[in-house]
Amino acid sequence: MEILVCVKRVPDTSENEIQLDGNDIDRDDLVYSINEPDNYAVEEALQIVAKAGGSVTVATVGGEDDEEVLRREMAMGAKQGVLISDGAFNGSDGRGIATILKAYVQKNHYDLILTGVQADDGAAQVGGMLAALLDVPFASLVTSLEVLEGNKLKISREVEGGNKEVSEIDLPCVLSIQTGINEPRYVGMKGIRQVAAIEIPSFGASDLGIDAGGAGAAGAKVTRTDYFVPTLGKGAEILQGSREENIDKVVELMKARGGLN
Amino acid sequence: MARVFTYITHKNGVADDSALELAAAARTIDPAASPTAIVTGFAAELDAVCEAIRPSYAEIWKISGENLAYPNAELVRKALVRVLPAGSIVLLPHDHFGIDLGPGLSIKLNAAFVSDAVGIDGVEGKCLNVIRQEFGGQVSAHVRCDVSTGAAITIRPGSFKALENAPVNGTVVDKSSEAGALESGRRYIETIVAESGDVDITKHQVLVSIGRGIQDKDNIGIAEELAEALGAAVSCSRPVVDAKWLPKSRQVGSSGQTVKPKVYLACGISGSFQHLAGIKGNPLIVAINKNPRAPIFQVADIGIVDDILEFLPEMTERVKEVSGGKASAAGTRG
Amino acid sequence: MLGLPSPSQAAYGIVPGRVLFLIIPILSLTLFGYIIARRLVPLLGAAPDFRLDHASARIKRVLKIWLGQWKQPRYFGAGGLHIVIFAGFLVLAVRSLSLILLGISDHFVMPGFSGAIGRLYNHVKDYASTLVFIAVLIAAIRRGIFKPARYAVPAKYGKDHTAEALLVLGLIGTLMLSESLFEASQAASQIQQGQTAEAVLPLTLAWLFKNALISVPLPLLASLHLAAYLVHELTFFAFLCFLPLGKHFHVITSLFNVYFAKLDRGTLKPVRWGVADEQLDQVKSFGVKTFQDFTWKHMVDFYSCADCGRCTDNCPANAVGRPLSPRFITIKARNYSFEHHPLFGKAGNGTPLIGGIYSEDEIWSCTTCGACEEECPLLVEYIDKIVDLRRGMIDDGNVPQSLQKPLKALESRGNPYGKPDKKRADWTKAVDFQQSCKVKVLAGNGNGAAETLYFVDSITSYDDRIQAIGRATARILNRTGENFGILGAAEKDSGHEVRRFGEETLFMALRDANVEAIKASGARHIVTADPHALNALKHDYKDLPPVDHISQVIARDVKSGRIKLNPIENPDSVYTYHDPCYLGRHNQVYDDPRDVLDAIPGLKRVEMSRCRDRSFCCGGGGLMLFYEPKEDERMGVKRVQMAAEAGANVIVTACPFCMVNIEDAIKVAGLEGRMTAIDLAELVDQQMVREQTRTQTEVASARLAQVS
Repeated sequence: MEILVCVKRVPDTSENEIQLDGNDIDRDDLVYSINEPDNYAVEEALQIVAKAGGSVTVATVGGEDDEEVLRREMAMGAKQGVLISDGAFNGSDGRGIATILKAYVQKNHYDLILTGVQADDGAAQVGGMLAALLDVPFASLVTSLEVLEGNKLKISREVEGGNKEVSEIDLPCVLSIQTGINEPRYVGMKGIRQVAAIEIPSFGASDLGIDAGGAGAAGAKVTRTDYFVPTLGKGAEILQGSREENIDKVVELMKARGGLN
Repeated sequence: MARVFTYITHKNGVADDSALELAAAARTIDPAASPTAIVTGFAAELDAVCEAIRPSYAEIWKISGENLAYPNAELVRKALVRVLPAGSIVLLPHDHFGIDLGPGLSIKLNAAFVSDAVGIDGVEGKCLNVIRQEFGGQVSAHVRCDVSTGAAITIRPGSFKALENAPVNGTVVDKSSEAGALESGRRYIETIVAESGDVDITKHQVLVSIGRGIQDKDNIGIAEELAEALGAAVSCSRPVVDAKWLPKSRQVGSSGQTVKPKVYLACGISGSFQHLAGIKGNPLIVAINKNPRAPIFQVADIGIVDDILEFLPEMTERVKEVSGGKASAAGTRG
Repeated sequence: MLGLPSPSQAAYGIVPGRVLFLIIPILSLTLFGYIIARRLVPLLGAAPDFRLDHASARIKRVLKIWLGQWKQPRYFGAGGLHIVIFAGFLVLAVRSLSLILLGISDHFVMPGFSGAIGRLYNHVKDYASTLVFIAVLIAAIRRGIFKPARYAVPAKYGKDHTAEALLVLGLIGTLMLSESLFEASQAASQIQQGQTAEAVLPLTLAWLFKNALISVPLPLLASLHLAAYLVHELTFFAFLCFLPLGKHFHVITSLFNVYFAKLDRGTLKPVRWGVADEQLDQVKSFGVKTFQDFTWKHMVDFYSCADCGRCTDNCPANAVGRPLSPRFITIKARNYSFEHHPLFGKAGNGTPLIGGIYSEDEIWSCTTCGACEEECPLLVEYIDKIVDLRRGMIDDGNVPQSLQKPLKALESRGNPYGKPDKKRADWTKAVDFQQSCKVKVLAGNGNGAAETLYFVDSITSYDDRIQAIGRATARILNRTGENFGILGAAEKDSGHEVRRFGEETLFMALRDANVEAIKASGARHIVTADPHALNALKHDYKDLPPVDHISQVIARDVKSGRIKLNPIENPDSVYTYHDPCYLGRHNQVYDDPRDVLDAIPGLKRVEMSRCRDRSFCCGGGGLMLFYEPKEDERMGVKRVQMAAEAGANVIVTACPFCMVNIEDAIKVAGLEGRMTAIDLAELVDQQMVREQTRTQTEVASARLAQVS
């Protein structure tokens, strides 16, 4: 099985307080790494080919800086990393990225394409768009995956209430993978060093036959104009007293609401 | 202004809360016109939903099909593409179904796509101004969306409040034949219901909910003690389940349980929207968190900046004093 | 003097004695040689291990540990018995050899043992033989009836080992009895025949037998004499061939195991001996994944284990119910080796050890506290093997999810918490602190920006509670006029636990960054309050200026009078000192912290029963704080209970990880309000008399005065 996993390099913002810097966030102190759901997707792909044979390719749309996540996934076991890069791609919206990926996919043959559920912008869009552009079936929020005979998969999706929606889906298809589907293997510095010298091919607009209007800022229908921290509207009433006083106030309010006898 | 449609999700013949929220969102896009609801489904359940939303929608398009009895985004997309007029704006809830349907739908409609909108800031020429969040809700962003060829927009549940208009007597239009025969490369098999654990958090009036701030599995005991003193149950956010400290049945959130308690104590929970999406019914939300900037303080009623590891045991003491040392009748031990 | 016929002269059935007793040794020595050769085979394909250096130090250690049985008395009962048996064996070596030769050479007497020396030896060996027999009897009763807990074999590890133990005791007992009977029958016959008998001293086995046999008719005596000899020789050679088949292999290998044992403490073996760091890229596979990946010395360790259980008895992980038993790490490996390299038949191929004889949790459970190695009378090594197994797991990407996050954070931010590296020195900026104590950040302009580097390390830099230890340490250094600074944001985690969890490559990256920063600082002396950092800088890093722990510095200053301490005010405080594993066992600093405490007027101090080199690990430091072990209770909880039992209500420790674990344990154990913990630096900071800060010249000249 030939599997393509589309990955993204994102900043780690969980520990930091995000500062704004003009129209963007302040990226000076940020540490970047692979988008977590994408990492789960690569692990899933590796587990599939370990059983079914084939290989895993990881691709990203970006620039030189993004190569490091490709290498990390190659250290994890992906056979090939692919960088899709061109100045003309800057400013692409989700549809633009999907268009670019579609052009790359059509120049190759993949049985299965995986993405992570969502990335730092929380849009959760590229996977579904790519599937629609390629005219193949799609399923999002996949939490388990089984290869069946006859070119199809059995998948579970995570729906409300912790329930699992089980479906069958024909190959080739696109799936977006949710965290927790597996336990990704550790990638140590040694592994990364060993792939440091491997060549990562780069494809530009002309290699993929993408015209100016198809991607980049020109073709974008959706543009982010700024970032802002909303003025804290009503929000919570922050209690200022001592811990004892605060506890008393909470107990009082709970009684009033009927939550305490 | 293009025609605005809202896609209605439902279960067991009952429309989701988003049905009314999307109507409200639609009004902010086009205050002048009334949005049209689109519902897919089959037979009696579909009819019950249409009937239920007639007071709130002037026009309701229903698409009925046996293979639409369970909502399969791949099939629904095909149906919508055949039925929707060109250039329409379609609003969907940003839940597991909207995530599944929205992006592909926008491509097939040749329309723009905006995901997880929390606000709409008006129309400017052929563009719609939408507000989103990024980086786990830590920053907001203004997004301009060119809707000249239409748009599919998923709306975060709870970000628009249902309008309280006078009821209208909506007409139901059957669009099933326009949708035609539908097939797809993805076939629904079944839904496996989550194991209800020893505790059903959806049945409790008071929940002591813990998040990453509990720090260690061994600290969960302090939450359990408070829950016991309150006659409440312990629930949690996703990270606690991912770390395998509590079973999935305790998770509150869009991929967990939906709860409707009277009181919700959010302890060491940052307040991601996926978690908050599981809290309905407007309970008293008390948030305790070490980080004064935690997003939970946006949505909580009462906020306390404190260390839950110290706060909860003291609160347990106080609750025991106040209730005379006896645990309330309701609820099993957390 | 005529007595009974010599065995060489007699006939055993149709076989003449001297033929029989030539064949028996030849056959058994051949078999023995074959067995030993088969046992050596796996060593030939093993990883290299450089153990030939420092011969004189090794010899001294053999004399102390092997000959002197130095570690045996730590378990007084079993130890005493073993010393008797061991000493007896050594004494009886000459007799054993004589007996063998007696079978082929009529009335053989060992050269040099014919006259007075011979008689003296006979008396000594008779008592030796008797004492060995008594010891064996007591040991058998102990093993067979009282069954001390540490010998028990939990069901998951297989069948009980008591049968093997009793068998060996039986064989030794038989040797003693048959030897004494052989002697006694000779003596009895001589007395009956009116010959001048060799005196047999009273209360020896031989004496007892002699008296019992005094009236037995001569022909019967002769038969007994010859039978005893046959039994002795058969038993002896059977025992010899049995040795390499089980735990008594240690009888042969112990000398070598002690000779080749690791000389230094606190160090780790390199990924592969003979491969320098720069060449590690060429090593395809790191760590131990199959049995053959162990070094030859590790394999000898497996052979040498005497199954005494002392290691596991002292293992804190085992005590709290983690799935780790050091004894069975060794026994399982030994059995694996026996099974896959059988005496007859083909060697099995290398199956993975993890998932085979070892489980992942078993190997991750170890805190590397070193209690097992401290206890083992044969100097079997454990930490290097555990680290090697971890290296293998890391190499295969097999790492618990709970450890992946901190490892990633260490890689990208130089600390396991994921906090920004820029904020590493923020602990010095606490408002109250900054006013009284300015901490220099050595910006790397060389040229003595400071004499002394205070290496803070990650937990002290970032943990809200532990920063207090950093501030206390800085205040002490400041008040004693020490010219010191910190590396600030240029400092990275020492990497101590990173290395011990098997991530060698990440460790080297951290180490190299730190070494560069340390050299650039120009400091000529390093001090730290973190024993893990201490151990890393002293043993994992190379070519650094001398490193001390703050307790050593304080002890020196207390002795010299530079630090004066105020008396303790609370008369009800009873203090006990908890030895951190990496300060005590691994770096042998036991007295300095105690001297400091004892120098505080009015301080009441008690010792826990497990103290000094028997200190009980608090739970571990570094990455161990992130690991989620399966255990019945926490090590820290057991430790604070020990403190309470000793009558203390204040635990003093000298390690930030001990502090975290112990403070946590006090809460979990329900001892809040009745027990507190304080770091040595915090206590000294609190009790220190505030004199004027000396000038740097005064400090420098005082130091010169000390040196000359």
